[in-house]
Amino acid sequence: MSLLRLKDDTQPWKGRYYPYDLVKELCIAVGVIALLALLLTVLFSSPDDKPSTIAQWSRQLPQNFVGTAASQLAGTSGTATYGPPYNHNGTGQEAWIIKPQKWLGVSHPIDTERDFVVGPLETVPNDPALTAALAQYKAAPEKQKKEWAEAYAKPFAEIAEAEEAGKKPPATVSVEEATGTVTVTPSGDAGPVPVMMNSLLALAKSGGVDGSLLTSKQFFQTDYTKPLLFMADGGLLEERAKAQHLLGEQWGMMNETGSYPGQPWLWLYALWYQVEPFKSSENADILVMMVMGVLSLAFICIPFIPGINRIPRKIPIYKLIWKEHYRDVTSS
Amino acid sequence: MSSVAPDPPATQAPEKSWTVKVREAGVEALPPEKLLPDGQPTYVASWIYMFGVASIASLIVIITSGSILALKGPAWWHYTGVGHFFNSVHLWSVELFFFAMVVHLWGKYWMAAWRGGRSRVWVTGAITFLVAVPAALTGYVSQQNFDAQWISTQAKDGLNSVGVGAFFNVTNFGQMYSYHVLLLPIAVVGLVSAHVLLVRKHGVVPPFKLERRKAALATAASAGHDGSPAGTDGGAQS
Repeated sequence: MSLLRLKDDTQPWKGRYYPYDLVKELCIAVGVIALLALLLTVLFSSPDDKPSTIAQWSRQLPQNFVGTAASQLAGTSGTATYGPPYNHNGTGQEAWIIKPQKWLGVSHPIDTERDFVVGPLETVPNDPALTAALAQYKAAPEKQKKEWAEAYAKPFAEIAEAEEAGKKPPATVSVEEATGTVTVTPSGDAGPVPVMMNSLLALAKSGGVDGSLLTSKQFFQTDYTKPLLFMADGGLLEERAKAQHLLGEQWGMMNETGSYPGQPWLWLYALWYQVEPFKSSENADILVMMVMGVLSLAFICIPFIPGINRIPRKIPIYKLIWKEHYRDVTSS
Repeated sequence: MSSVAPDPPATQAPEKSWTVKVREAGVEALPPEKLLPDGQPTYVASWIYMFGVASIASLIVIITSGSILALKGPAWWHYTGVGHFFNSVHLWSVELFFFAMVVHLWGKYWMAAWRGGRSRVWVTGAITFLVAVPAALTGYVSQQNFDAQWISTQAKDGLNSVGVGAFFNVTNFGQMYSYHVLLLPIAVVGLVSAHVLLVRKHGVVPPFKLERRKAALATAASAGHDGSPAGTDGGAQS
């Protein structure tokens, strides 16, 4: 402890006191803050943009929904390749030899093929074509399943690449505006996947996928991990977030919909994502979290950090704070 | 009907019970006049001192508005005007809480308020700020609206990357709601209570002694005089 003990000879106050009513001060403060909160409430209210649903997504952006669902089946989506805590299909982020994501393992298992596509389709009754397609898919070897799914998913990936590069996308996927049905020209034999995807789109539009992702284990359900991750792999949430200045490069989640202040206390956390080397790093999250962990520890330990704990003595802002006291002392 | 209590048996004085020991230790550390003082050192005379009590006042408004929201359940504020009103009060009191707390922390930093054996006061205050951040975050992801969807799907990556996501899942509404209405508020209130009790125990940190004042006192002392005018600088030193 002696190493941590400061060279500090501050003595207890032996000077004058003035009458002071602690309880009254607290009551007045509560009143003032309550009035301020009421004033801000009356002036600005609070945001409450309705949540998106998978049904809404599949109706508004059917092509994006089917493309995302195909990537879930092919195992190429963000969730499918995430790694822990959802699956073993990725190693997760790491910093040098520090790999906590991998060490903590899979705690919320998600099999995107099973949970996001095959499982919901199995709940559809009285559809012989779908039943036959599902039976064909499930009976096929893993390699065959993968080839079918990839052949179906490839046109979506090619369109996304072309759009990102600013080129004209290939006409391999089309949406019929009147019905919202999606027609895909697979890059090879897609087997039963087109039938499955058309059925999944119809199920999603009816709200069936929203329901099936929430009722996997029990009647009462409060865990939205599966529908949220499915939607986060698609484009609707991102489209809405971009319009509301909530993307990562727009200082991300510290903002809030509308012009509300959001969580400005996260400014330092959000700042690191805007600068190199974090901005372009594949391990940005763990690096930023580690930096914030070190800074948070330093913040707690300020009294014990040489130099930092002397700055207030060197920069005399204290003379402003205690100006009346110093005026009294120097005039005495 | 009346009865007479028998005289207590003459026995040796029992050892102090745990209760007595806790009471005596508590009173010794914080006698009532120290716990609820009716006087304040004269140097406590700046608007900056308002922000500590403003933080506590904001916390009281947060807990009051949050309790009303909790009474009616997490969906109430979406479909009633009264519910939305209390949600707004809750939101703005949180913003005021963080604002007051940040100004309070900066003020205390420039006072080097950890001096004179007050390091635990700083440490509990700093930890309170850091615990308040997830307390607010769990509120944002428990809103059951688009903000909750977006913030939870963004926040999960940072938490997953350091392994926290394995046991603290921001996309699990039920878990986040429990943290927000019970576990983290208990932590914040506990920390604030410890912080305030430590402030009451040690008192508000005295000002730095001015260098020229120290020099004058040293000169006076070397000349054989006690140049310290009692009751002016109070003996406070850096």
